[in-house]
Amino acid sequence: MRSADRLAVLFLAPLFAFAAAFFVLPLAELVLVAGSGPNGAFEYLAILANPRHVQTLVATLALSAGVSVATLALGTVVALFLARTRFAGRALLVSALTLPLAFPGVVVGFMIILLAGRQGLLGAFTQSLGMDRLVFAYSMAGLFAGYLYFSLPRVLVTLMAAAEKLDPALEEAARSLGASRLAVLRDVTLPGLSPALIASGAIAFATAMGAFGTAFTLATRIDVLAMTIYTEFTLNANFATASALSLALGLITWGVLALTRNMAGTGVAAAG
Amino acid sequence: MIPHRLTFVLQLLVTLACAAFLLVPALASMLAGVTANYFQGLRSGLTLRWIGEVLALYSGTIGLSIAIALGTLGVTLVLGVPAAWALARKPSRLSRLVEEVVTLPVAIPGLALALALILAYGGFRAFRMSPLFILVGHVLYTLPFMLRAVMAVLAAVDVKALEEGAASLGASPLQRFFHVVVPNAKGGILAGALMVVTLSIGEFNLTWMLHTPLTKTLPVGLADSYASMRLEIASAYTLIFFVLIVPLLVALQMFGRALPAAPAKGGRP
Amino acid sequence: MKPRTGAAVTLAGCGKTFADGTRALAPLDLSVAAGETLVLLGPSGCGKTTLLRIIAGLESPDAGGRVLFDGADVTALPIEKRNVGMVFQSYALFPNMNVRENVAYGLRVRGVGKAERSRLADEVLEMMRIDALAERRITQLSGGQRQRVALARALAVRPKAILLDEPMAALDAALREHLRGEIDALLRRLSITAVYVTHDQAEALALGDRIVVMREGEIAQVGTPREVYERPADAFVASFVGTTNRLEGTVRGGRFACAAGTMALDAPDMPKAALLFRPEAARLVLDPPAGLVLKVEQVQFQGARQKVTLCTPDSVRVVVETPPDLEIAPGMLMGLALDPNRFSLV
Repeated sequence: MRSADRLAVLFLAPLFAFAAAFFVLPLAELVLVAGSGPNGAFEYLAILANPRHVQTLVATLALSAGVSVATLALGTVVALFLARTRFAGRALLVSALTLPLAFPGVVVGFMIILLAGRQGLLGAFTQSLGMDRLVFAYSMAGLFAGYLYFSLPRVLVTLMAAAEKLDPALEEAARSLGASRLAVLRDVTLPGLSPALIASGAIAFATAMGAFGTAFTLATRIDVLAMTIYTEFTLNANFATASALSLALGLITWGVLALTRNMAGTGVAAAG
Repeated sequence: MIPHRLTFVLQLLVTLACAAFLLVPALASMLAGVTANYFQGLRSGLTLRWIGEVLALYSGTIGLSIAIALGTLGVTLVLGVPAAWALARKPSRLSRLVEEVVTLPVAIPGLALALALILAYGGFRAFRMSPLFILVGHVLYTLPFMLRAVMAVLAAVDVKALEEGAASLGASPLQRFFHVVVPNAKGGILAGALMVVTLSIGEFNLTWMLHTPLTKTLPVGLADSYASMRLEIASAYTLIFFVLIVPLLVALQMFGRALPAAPAKGGRP
Repeated sequence: MKPRTGAAVTLAGCGKTFADGTRALAPLDLSVAAGETLVLLGPSGCGKTTLLRIIAGLESPDAGGRVLFDGADVTALPIEKRNVGMVFQSYALFPNMNVRENVAYGLRVRGVGKAERSRLADEVLEMMRIDALAERRITQLSGGQRQRVALARALAVRPKAILLDEPMAALDAALREHLRGEIDALLRRLSITAVYVTHDQAEALALGDRIVVMREGEIAQVGTPREVYERPADAFVASFVGTTNRLEGTVRGGRFACAAGTMALDAPDMPKAALLFRPEAARLVLDPPAGLVLKVEQVQFQGARQKVTLCTPDSVRVVVETPPDLEIAPGMLMGLALDPNRFSLV
């Protein structure tokens, strides 16, 4: 309807203005600053030339990939179990598993400290068994646990929805044709879940890549990309390097999300 | 299918282990917040002393976080709801482009966004020092969630037919928007609003970079207490945060079930 | 409510080509007299809904097309300024309002006060005999009730014309037949200009003062229900409106000739002709004289009538409905006599 077209333009204008002023412009500024260091536009290459940064990048990628795989593995087991089993207290268990959905990274970091920190529950438990205190919160392992804590609820939400939609007749048909349980899992169940696996895996990867709060809480010594950007910017006042690293980080996460969105169709769109 | 016995037991164990992993630290922290001495355990007795100390030290951050969350909600409602209608109305190449640009902040780490904002606007001192600076960051980050929630519900209720109905009765475009579109998108708007408030109250990545000593939010205060306060105070502070955020999460869960088309949940550690 | 008359609606050169290049409507002229009920009939995709939406102002015609209400050009007016009442296929009732609020909505946006518009809405609800539903939510209504509320809502604004887009498509057959009678009585009582879109020929025949049969974006025939039914303009109209028999042959010297025989009629010579007639426009005669002779293939007794399927020597089937008193059995040869003026020759 023509009369509504004008209103639509009017309604989009403030959004346009906001996005231009506080997103497009600052991002352009980031690109400019990244190219304004002593190395000019080569700041991007300078990142690659710096072995410490390359090491950090590789470590971050490996950590994020590891967290994604672990979250997906655990998530698949739990989602399939909860989708197919009915028992008293199931709703409560589902709530408990998905409630930490929006705990911020700092809080997640604190949870890991309580679990595996110097005065943590795991340490007390292992000590009571007569072993050494188990403390791993302030290392890569702690970060790994933190990202797992963070990703598990949201991966579960997606996977449980997908598992509920799987047609049990498909698995029964495969069994009737003589497929073993393992073969059914490999040939029917996992392919059926694959769009959800790709989607939630991408979210887990992207969030782990950009994570800052958890690392910040656990220790500033852990070398992941987000911490490096933070130290370069605030402690070393090295704006160009920080900008270039931020852009690299943004491009990687955005690229992974865009790639999987094409692979899995819709559903990954509003990934966090 | 008849469940395989061993598989069933293993699955159950993994599920319970996951639930314990997620819940035990949260419960421990809540308990620690009201325990007189965490190292001695519950034997030392329960107390509200730590809560009191947190309120004395950090009540400003709690107020600021609530204010910023409500401000963010206001701005995302005003910017997002009309724009969601405009974007959902005619799926054109332009509207897809706008949608892509506007949802991009979700895919870009908060740290990078914050850096960009500081580089572009850090020079405007009054703006840089005010809570508005944080508000802008939060709006940037939460707007996509509002947009998606409203667009999903608009697609689900076939609002176009209702608008034509109202138009045939003489309603102007603006009247149609307020009388028909908004009331029938209520579910999506509410879900989006809950999401925005939840994310804003817990936002740390952007906020840590954007805050100043005078504009500390709750998560910033939390990070501060984790680094420098005794465990009981940090726990008590976390407990206060849970009291704020858990009702929102529960409401969100209930709405998530009522609204199957709601977007994937967000946030970042 | 007081009776009223609507506006005369005129379309001049209105065509519609959508942005993607598909042509929904060839430029056409059409006029609806004040108070008339015009039915747009045709299969899906024939352009009837597009035509209705052009009249409503929900679509604009291609350049050069004009829409006139009582002679005044309204082409540039959006729908909200045309004062039409529209009943949508989905009804488009507002779920956020109850029945009375829905019916009063048109008055509300016209600035009528709350008490006054409630009173007016109740009046229309009463006229439609659904005043008991005034406080109900839309989700609590049955399909037939929704349909009536939609009609009441469209009438409450005293529109210049009421436009109905397949208003009964969502209802079951029995309810449709019942409501058809009600709508017909209502439109006649109000003598309001109405344009009614349907793909159901029974609905079209029952409701229309005139019927516009459409096909692939063009008008195939305009006429009264009787004209369209008994003298279809072409084979498409004939087949779309009711069951039609079709005999192909030639016309020479005032006689139609086909494989079943010949028959006298008043027509110029045609090397190729088709005789179209309805099952009830023909009689069967025992002990056939010369004329058209066919062999009975099947007899279906239907109580008040019987349906006889016959076959020509070249295996063309003809269906005739006759009174049941005639004793007919498969295999018999019967004469076919057509009522004058109840067949068309194309």
